Amino acid sequence: MAYDLVVIGTGPGGYVCAIRAAQLGMKVAVVEKDKTFGGTCLNVGCIPSKALLYASHLFEDAGHAFAGMGIGVSKPKLDLAQMMKFKDEGVDGNVKGVDFLFRKNKIDAFRGKGRIAAPGKVEVATGNGKNETIETKAIVIATGSDVARLSGIEIDEKRVVSSTGALALPKVPERLLVVGAGVIGLELGSVWRRLGAKVEVVEFLDRILPGMDGEIARQFQRVQEKQGIKFRLGAKITGIDGKGKTLKASVEPANGGKAETLEADAVLVAIGRVPYTDGLGLAEAGVALDNRKRVVVDAHYQTNVAGIFAIGDVIAGPMLAHKAEDEGVAVAEILAGHAGHVNYDAIPNVIYTFPEVASVGKTEEELKAAGIQYRAGKFPFTANGRAKVNRTTEGFVKILADAETDRVYGVHIIGADAGTLIGEVTLAIEIGASAEDIARTCHAHPTTSEAVKEAALAVDGRPIHM
Amino acid sequence: MATEIRVPTLGESVTEATIARWFKKAGDAVAADEPLVELETDKVTVEVPAPAAGVLEEIRVKDGETVGVGAVLGSIKEGAGGAKAAPAKAAPAPAKAEAPKPALAPAAAPAAARPADLPLMPSVRRLAAESGVSPAGVPGSGKDGRVTKGDMLAAIAGAAKPAPAPAVARAPSPAPDAAREERVRMTRLRQTIATRLKEAQNTAAMLTTFNDVDMSAVMHMRSQYKEPFEKKHGVKLGFMGFFVKAVIAALKEIPAVNAEIDGEDLVYKNYYHVGVAVGTERGLVVPVVRDADQISIAEIEKKIADSAKRAREGKLSIDEMQGGTFTITNGGIYGSLLSTPILNAPQSGILGMHRIEERPVAVKGQVVIKPMMYLALSYDHRIVDGREAVTFLVRVKENLEDPARLVLDL
Repeated sequence: MAYDLVVIGTGPGGYVCAIRAAQLGMKVAVVEKDKTFGGTCLNVGCIPSKALLYASHLFEDAGHAFAGMGIGVSKPKLDLAQMMKFKDEGVDGNVKGVDFLFRKNKIDAFRGKGRIAAPGKVEVATGNGKNETIETKAIVIATGSDVARLSGIEIDEKRVVSSTGALALPKVPERLLVVGAGVIGLELGSVWRRLGAKVEVVEFLDRILPGMDGEIARQFQRVQEKQGIKFRLGAKITGIDGKGKTLKASVEPANGGKAETLEADAVLVAIGRVPYTDGLGLAEAGVALDNRKRVVVDAHYQTNVAGIFAIGDVIAGPMLAHKAEDEGVAVAEILAGHAGHVNYDAIPNVIYTFPEVASVGKTEEELKAAGIQYRAGKFPFTANGRAKVNRTTEGFVKILADAETDRVYGVHIIGADAGTLIGEVTLAIEIGASAEDIARTCHAHPTTSEAVKEAALAVDGRPIHM
Repeated sequence: MATEIRVPTLGESVTEATIARWFKKAGDAVAADEPLVELETDKVTVEVPAPAAGVLEEIRVKDGETVGVGAVLGSIKEGAGGAKAAPAKAAPAPAKAEAPKPALAPAAAPAAARPADLPLMPSVRRLAAESGVSPAGVPGSGKDGRVTKGDMLAAIAGAAKPAPAPAVARAPSPAPDAAREERVRMTRLRQTIATRLKEAQNTAAMLTTFNDVDMSAVMHMRSQYKEPFEKKHGVKLGFMGFFVKAVIAALKEIPAVNAEIDGEDLVYKNYYHVGVAVGTERGLVVPVVRDADQISIAEIEKKIADSAKRAREGKLSIDEMQGGTFTITNGGIYGSLLSTPILNAPQSGILGMHRIEERPVAVKGQVVIKPMMYLALSYDHRIVDGREAVTFLVRVKENLEDPARLVLDL
């Protein structure tokens, strides 16, 4: 029996693509090599890290903030095994949800590693050396990405770990060395710092969060340092000696100089992710990759081989679950003859530390480089009533809008619930709204969303509460 | 409750209209959908139907005045008498959004049609209230054609700009002559013709190449099949069908003639929408035969006959006159021997047909009498090279002198 669509991979890109295609009346199958659906995001990425970030945040508040609010508790005691169970149960609930959605939408699931045998043919290694061939009109590659490795450093997932291992450390390391000051390194660094580790972050570049708005990154670094995370910028790890009881990492300045040795009980390598394309039969099928091994697609997500499409981390663009999801929807709609489309100017990006960092659209650096005249409106949470009573006053909202037309180009937020606040401004960018449109939209009081409105007023130099 | 009567969407590139006449007076009872007022635009006249039943409360714009798309013409007090009439002539439908594309076809940019009930963004509401510029007539650049604050600011800046200095007024005629002059305001159609033609001349590097064609074969074929053709298709077999087909074959060979300049790009159009100029009492209009390459000569003749009839009645819709990629004009029906047609911008070619006349021509050393027609191709030399233009016209000539080439696709 031939399918209309076979999706390889069931991460957020793949499973959403499959469901949307099924909604549009296509006969759909998915191929998954892992035991559970959901890909990196649900199993070893977004979801489990959020469980640990939430639990460790409450652990820290119980230790530090509760007394000030009049909540008397004895010094909280960490039961790491239970916290991991809390995380695993959360993951379990989510991956089962995908299973349920596949059944609800009559999507067939094939378990095993998928390989494109030819356009229209996917071979699934179902175990014991057996293969099953599925025929299909279209194939979507949604295989996502894998941890990027550092040459000369072996990840054993016990002491030298990737994000996967860092989500399941058996005990809190006394000293955790994080390689890479990106989203993953800072989130997981936060988790283990809250649970008691001394955390030091080594970053090759001379700034944290490359690609983020510079002002936001600088302020965020100060906040993190205040919380106790140490940063070593412009430095690189050249090797890890794991022979002794503690790990000895050699660190030297990025542009050369004297090496130093840092001792640690665990090292988290979080230097990024690489597209997952190995063993998919792409070379044999003639599917072109770019110089970073990403699958090359056209504006309709089709590869150079007709009938083979690709979405998500495996193609160019930010490696974000929601970007992959939107591409999954777009490609399903295109296949069904509709006009699927993703607006890459309006994709939010969130870091789930405390406070959170969220941004959408252009940064100040990008606007300057493009020679665009803009106005910036900023509003700090110290002047927001709700943030004040909650004592979550760290951070600010910054809105960047065109100097002439007032159209919103970018919004950058540090704040307790920045990830939630970014939603309304993403909509604003999507529909071409101006800062004034945000400012003239009624915002509930008392909420931290009022800081967004005030920042929009500040674009025109007229915030009320400042 | 009062309902506003607004200028409907009039088609792409049409932004304003002149009030030709009101059918009703203030205070008259009107039924829903009853024609209220006639608008004259660049190309067509449009009747605006009553949006509701009631009494025509107010006429805000008088006959002869010019209004923008979306402007308020007047209002109807609802419920005050006037039954719902059977739907009379409906106003032209707003430009439709693109139909869903077939799978994998490249999707075009989303159509900029704006649903009427899309609420305005708050900044736009403020600017509209403060400036008096109606957002309804402002083309929206936001998602789904929303008018953004930037669009409004641009529209307000545009409206505030002083009108271009009027052309220097002509010196007054001597008194005895002045009394014998008649001054008539140009119709909108005439004004548009004037602007468009001048624009074409100012923009294109226009020149004309000539050839002549022996019409014997086409005339012979026409007289031979005249009756069976008319019997079967219900339309007379004219010359235009042959010319359209001859032109398309030549356009396929010389795509530059079917292209246009857009900024720094050349846009080659792989479709063939041929405009056929039709003279009317009010001026020249050019209905377009769409995808003329995909239909038969009979269908082309039918379309032209139908369009010409409706053009003379002033009933052609704007849509039917837009999107042409090449134009054919026939001055021959008025007796023209030779002419240099002006391009229908932004097209790059226009073929002029002329009168058929028996002339002595030399064939194989003998003087023979042949029905001859001069052909003129005006072209935009920025896109079309001289060699291409001449080849194009030679091909048209060959196709007409030996129509079998059209059948055999030579």
